[in-house]
Amino acid sequence: MAKLPKSDELFQSIDHTPPEKWWMDVPVEFRPGTYCYAAKPQYLETVDMPFPREWRPTDEDWKLPPNWREIFLEGMRERLERFRTFRVFMDICVRCGACADKCHFFIGSGDPKNMPVLRAELLRSIYRRYFTKSGKLFGRTGGARDLDEETFKELWYYFFQCTECRRCSVFCPYGIDTAEITIIARELINLLGCNIDWIMGPVANCYRTGNHLGIQPHAFRDMIEFFCDEIEEVTGIRPEPTFNRKGAEILFVTPSGDVFADPGTYTCMGYLMLFHELGLDYTWSTYASEGGNFGFFTSHDMAKRLHYKIYAEAKRLGVKYIIGGECGHMWRLIHQYLNTFWGPPDFLEVPVSPITGTKFEHAKSTKMIHVVEFTADLIKHGKLKLDPSRNDNRIVTFHDSCNPARAMGFFEEPRYVLKHVCNNFVEMPPETTREQTFCCGAGSGLNTDEYMEMRMRGGLPRANAVKYVHEKFGVNTLACICAIDRAVFPPLMDYWVPGVDVAGLHELVGNALVMKGEKKRTTDLRGEPLPGMEDVEDEDL
Amino acid sequence: MAQKVEFKGKVFEVDEDGFIQSFDQWCPEWVEFVKQSEGIEELTEGHWKVIHMLQDYYQKHGIAPMVRILTKVTGYKLKEIYELFPSGPGKGACKMAGLPKPTGCV
Repeated sequence: MAKLPKSDELFQSIDHTPPEKWWMDVPVEFRPGTYCYAAKPQYLETVDMPFPREWRPTDEDWKLPPNWREIFLEGMRERLERFRTFRVFMDICVRCGACADKCHFFIGSGDPKNMPVLRAELLRSIYRRYFTKSGKLFGRTGGARDLDEETFKELWYYFFQCTECRRCSVFCPYGIDTAEITIIARELINLLGCNIDWIMGPVANCYRTGNHLGIQPHAFRDMIEFFCDEIEEVTGIRPEPTFNRKGAEILFVTPSGDVFADPGTYTCMGYLMLFHELGLDYTWSTYASEGGNFGFFTSHDMAKRLHYKIYAEAKRLGVKYIIGGECGHMWRLIHQYLNTFWGPPDFLEVPVSPITGTKFEHAKSTKMIHVVEFTADLIKHGKLKLDPSRNDNRIVTFHDSCNPARAMGFFEEPRYVLKHVCNNFVEMPPETTREQTFCCGAGSGLNTDEYMEMRMRGGLPRANAVKYVHEKFGVNTLACICAIDRAVFPPLMDYWVPGVDVAGLHELVGNALVMKGEKKRTTDLRGEPLPGMEDVEDEDL
Repeated sequence: MAQKVEFKGKVFEVDEDGFIQSFDQWCPEWVEFVKQSEGIEELTEGHWKVIHMLQDYYQKHGIAPMVRILTKVTGYKLKEIYELFPSGPGKGACKMAGLPKPTGCV
């Protein structure tokens, strides 16, 4: 694995001066730490993806099939016909550059090919060459270029340096959605069996076991039971969750990261505590055991294939509706793809909170609500007893996770909950939050360790905003509502802003929630003494 | 991409980060091999306690235990795990125990 430079060295190395040569003449350089490993062939085989083989991005020969160019161009032609957006986005960019400095990867790397306009131009130049008259006639002068192996490698490198966060799209006067360009580019790359391992592994696992980590049913149950043990230790109350229970009112689905990886595991404890306190008639599923969908980072078809298990399980169990956990891209798929992929899930009912009676009309077409809006509604109706002082050791800021923010306009609900479960909440500067939020630097399946330098570069703008509130207001906690965030931020904070912890929203809810019949709490969910209880534990011991 | 490494007459297939490709390949020689690359001087009872816990859990559940289960069962705090395995519970201890890397939102 590549050695990560020290943060000050990395910061000094960022240079936004463009090279003197024309961009077409600057070859791509595969520097360790800035690209991901190639997918293992067995993962491709699991889901019948084409051309499984052993290869390395640094190899001269990528072992592409002999007719790879035809496959790529034919794939492009099909998609230009099938996706009107793709053709429009290929045609209408005037290269004004409004997007250029909005990309976290460009800000953190200084590489001009990470300006969204130029990243798209890598593919657009091929579009011009093979699909437009001007490109065919004028070639290079008309901004067109041939598709050769070097060009393909360049596409691969840079389309795995876009996290599909869509911040640039907010600033594009034409509304070009760069994520959609990246999605198509990755589809084309996948036609040639060139996915990255960190995406393909979760896809294969998800197909096999229902979740990215490959957690089997008995292990999934074991993990949730472990959290119940832990909750009992902290509160004296043991939740009794059910699994795959037919006839439950609600199915709950969250990213598998929440049941496995810290600090998401504490968020998971928060869900369990809340649902127990409400006496909610809900079930977990050991089959629909994943909110995320790395198929979305592979191709539309793979996204569609993996996506539906949540609804198939809802149907099988006969629940009324679904509550989804603190996941990022799941919400983009639910809000913007579900109905196109599969049609409306009419076998479910419009979600109604059994506690407050609120009918979530906006979820009429998806029958799925976000756990944070569910909780916000409970608080609004005074249904939860909360003691925010239990989070008084935390000065919290909130990172708007890209997909809930930009794909569903989910701005107010998390803030509303935060303000009720902690007393110290501070906003980061407005140009880095809400619809202008900065990516964690490793979304869209790029949260792998071999890519650490690029992650630190891409995460710099977000970390910089955290650093600002850390220094100015003493912020020591970064709250977020996405499992990739929870996995990615701890090393990012350690690197750029040491001293800032990462927490899911429902971890903070779990801390503040006063449960009926609970024992006097002395620690938070992490087993750390509550504010004012620092000495109690010692006395007890 | 899989590569082959040879150590004390045994051949191991490893991935880019030096994890063995399948748990079936694991043998005590593997621990010795990783010990060198991890810069661990002497294998103690503590190391073996962690390795055995990881392997037992993996054989039962088909996945590495979450860090919190590892620390609870062995009684070692995360800091102590890092003292035993400088690369940490995943890249150090799991690698030595022959477990695959976890993937996804982790």
